[in-house]
Amino acid sequence: MLGTYSMTPISTLSDEALLDQLQRAAFGYFPQTMNPLNGLVADNSRDNSPVSIAVVGFALSSYPVAVERGWMERADATQRSLTALRFFRNSDQSGSPTATGFKGFYYHFLDIRTGARVWQSELSMIDTALLIAGALTASMYFTADTPDEIELRELVDFLYRRIDWRWAQDDGDTIRQGWKPECGFLHYGWEGYSEAILLYVLAMGSPTHPITGDCYKAWTATYQWENLYDHDYLYAGPLFVHHFSHAWIDFRGIRDSFMREKRSDYFENSQRAAYIHREYAQRNPHEFAGYDENCWGLSSCDGPSDEQLDVSNEPRRLFGYAARGVPYGPDDGTLSAPSVLASLPFAPEIVLDTVRSMIARYPEMLRDGRLSSSFNPTLTDANECAWVSAGHFGLDQGIVLMMIENHRTERIWRLMRDCPYIRNGLHHAGFRGGWLQQPSTPGAR
Amino acid sequence: MSPQNNSSITTPQDTYERERLANVHPPSWNNPKPADCYQLVIVGAGPAGLAAAETAAALGAKVALIERHLIGGTCLNTGCVPSKTIIRTSRLYAEMRDAKRYGAQIPDDIRVDFAAVMERVRRIRTHLSSDDSVRRLAAVGVDVFFGNVRFVGADTLTVNEEKLCFKKALIATGARPHIPSIPGLREAGFLTNANVFNLTELPRRLLVIGGGPLGCELAQAFCRLGAQTTIVQDMPLFLDGEERDAAQILSDAFARDGIEVRLNTSAVAVRVEDGQKLVDLVSDDYQNTIAVDAILTGSGRAPNVEGLNLEAAGVDYDAGSGIRVDDFLRTSNPHIYAAGDVCLEHKYAHTATASARIVVQNALFRGRERLSALVIPWCTFTDPEIAHVGLYVREANRQGIPVKTFIILMHEIDRAVTDSEDAGFVKIHVRERTDQILGATIVARHAGDMINEITLAMVAGIGLRTLARVIHAYDTQAEAIQRAAEAYNRTRLTPRIQSRLRRSWTIR
Repeated sequence: MLGTYSMTPISTLSDEALLDQLQRAAFGYFPQTMNPLNGLVADNSRDNSPVSIAVVGFALSSYPVAVERGWMERADATQRSLTALRFFRNSDQSGSPTATGFKGFYYHFLDIRTGARVWQSELSMIDTALLIAGALTASMYFTADTPDEIELRELVDFLYRRIDWRWAQDDGDTIRQGWKPECGFLHYGWEGYSEAILLYVLAMGSPTHPITGDCYKAWTATYQWENLYDHDYLYAGPLFVHHFSHAWIDFRGIRDSFMREKRSDYFENSQRAAYIHREYAQRNPHEFAGYDENCWGLSSCDGPSDEQLDVSNEPRRLFGYAARGVPYGPDDGTLSAPSVLASLPFAPEIVLDTVRSMIARYPEMLRDGRLSSSFNPTLTDANECAWVSAGHFGLDQGIVLMMIENHRTERIWRLMRDCPYIRNGLHHAGFRGGWLQQPSTPGAR
Repeated sequence: MSPQNNSSITTPQDTYERERLANVHPPSWNNPKPADCYQLVIVGAGPAGLAAAETAAALGAKVALIERHLIGGTCLNTGCVPSKTIIRTSRLYAEMRDAKRYGAQIPDDIRVDFAAVMERVRRIRTHLSSDDSVRRLAAVGVDVFFGNVRFVGADTLTVNEEKLCFKKALIATGARPHIPSIPGLREAGFLTNANVFNLTELPRRLLVIGGGPLGCELAQAFCRLGAQTTIVQDMPLFLDGEERDAAQILSDAFARDGIEVRLNTSAVAVRVEDGQKLVDLVSDDYQNTIAVDAILTGSGRAPNVEGLNLEAAGVDYDAGSGIRVDDFLRTSNPHIYAAGDVCLEHKYAHTATASARIVVQNALFRGRERLSALVIPWCTFTDPEIAHVGLYVREANRQGIPVKTFIILMHEIDRAVTDSEDAGFVKIHVRERTDQILGATIVARHAGDMINEITLAMVAGIGLRTLARVIHAYDTQAEAIQRAAEAYNRTRLTPRIQSRLRRSWTIR
């Protein structure tokens, strides 16, 4: 990795310089927490953190950005990617309780040294999708005819084609959320709009084990189109839901049948979600400290907890790591700055002011130049500083890095527009219009 | 319906109980001499049977009403009435503990006198039982019989060996608690709605199995009365089939109340050790055992179809779904109808009553009223309450109806804020690009009262445009409905219309 970042007071920075600084700091998370022996990346920067396979997906997506921005040598980025991809190819796919994966999917959390399943975690469909989206990003970027980059592309193709998406349907209408060797498929599925749109697109684009065509329709039948605070939008509570698929797929101007009927698209929807989150914070129904038009963003993030593990009839008010959402909660006064910054491509006119304001008011939530997972201004310490989540989480840094890049250069979006699996998946899901009507970029894979 | 276990938990034999029995099953009652032939014989004197009897008698028909246990059925004796009564007291305790939120002092010594709580339940139940009393029914000309019914032919049945002939009959025998088949549960003893209101001592630790309406209502009530309460539900959310945001708000409310919420969890075995009940819980691959003093099952209701010898009358039924009826509520015997819990999917007192009125029209007046034409609201009386009417979004989606939902959050409504009751929402579903109401869900402290306005609008064919013109008294929580209608009106002001309007102002 090349160089390090230096901190300049935020208020003196231009927007471009501010974004550059935050993006570069976010990128720093990945080399810092990666195991060079297997390419796996930690879920968070705390001691003894396991690997989150989704974070590996974000890491794989971040290397091309770092190469383009001169933060990492191409050969270094290739090697880091190759190391991770080789690990997954060679990993134990037996589905045993201590394996790494099964049916081409991977357990959510792995041991960072051995890559074996930890925490009795589930074989995760969505996190595998985020991992494989990162792998596909790498294969779309590293297109040189060198032995390393050829191997990289072959590995990605192998890993993608190995995933048995059809199996994950479990003969049901929609994709199951997870599977465990101890009990089989977890007995809850996807209901309502969520980040799973990427999962469905990847699962429909597969040339080897695609899900059945009506699966996507069955999922979108659980959507809720709502008018809230005078905005029409496809409801999902936590802000990250409106980001994760968008990190890889440019949803501007392309529409599935649901969005055609609603005369909107998923990109515009994410913009409206940002405005709704801002409006909610302005109204601040629970009267938490700090909430206003320049301080908002409820999402899946770390948070303070009651530490009340036993059963007792005491009211519970703090939720720890949880999917906080608008408008139905849970809301315990904890805000996620990374989720606001990830709204940048959709609503830069409100996001930049908000991020500046949040950092200026709560500088304690910027550590090592990186946004902490969350902060809670209602809970203050003796020095009147807001509660701040310790360390950093890979998902936060990954989405921040990618969304800043898409805002600045549309780099990831442009790469992935040419990904044949993504294009196929979108077509099978019924997406039409916009860039999907244009042929792939000449020379792209 | 008598308790299937813990039969030792009987109603305290106090003045209230004696008065209630005098109303709903007088010990000295002698069945009347049957008429030669009844225009309508009604089996079961719950809400459906009572409504049918009163309506038919008022219209001059010769009516017999037969009950094997207590007039008033589940609703009065072991359902809606006692549960709402206990819920009210539990709310009061919750508010006392939460007094600071209202700028009030928390009382120094909040002690729950559970025996007094339950005495109030019995007193109020007895008071309301006078409405359904045998004397009142007899006074309006209904022949009331107590006893077990067996059909002996297509137009004949017996009550304790006494033969009754009928031109038309209505079966309204209701339903009883469904008991989950968990090994050891029966041996350990358990509570259902049939006997829980007989308690005079609060269980210190209570496990509620099943997150349906009854389980949710009573879990919250008992928790607020001081029981250390755990609720297990084998689904991802409570109130299966209900709007998921509503169910989520309920989960959060439970957690705030201090209920131990165990979703995606099944109770798989029960045993008794050292006088306490040990229950094994399984949630996917996680297993643990909890110790409790009482178990309440609240997982559905089973129709009362057994023992009636329905085969002799040619009435088809299924032990799980009950008596089979067509849209006119007629059974496979064209002279016999059914109404209420014994045949309906939606097992509510008000649905039972409405279906019984349809039966009277169709059976006695050759009416063609349809069950499917009913607009049926319902409400789960938790805090906040969860009320619904009409279609859910997923149902509309499945039927290919484009749907849009107008949402007003209760925190947007002044009265909800002034009352510190701002958790919840009004969601009104309309057909996309129209103001036609398809359905609604309301989560609010008084959602059960608020949903009636939407039901009225749906029955009368009133759309959101009209509702927006209906002046709602300020300051009321029902204003949320008008606000949703106004939000609809604002969507009619498209950018094109707005710019045209602006131009017209300039010209003037």
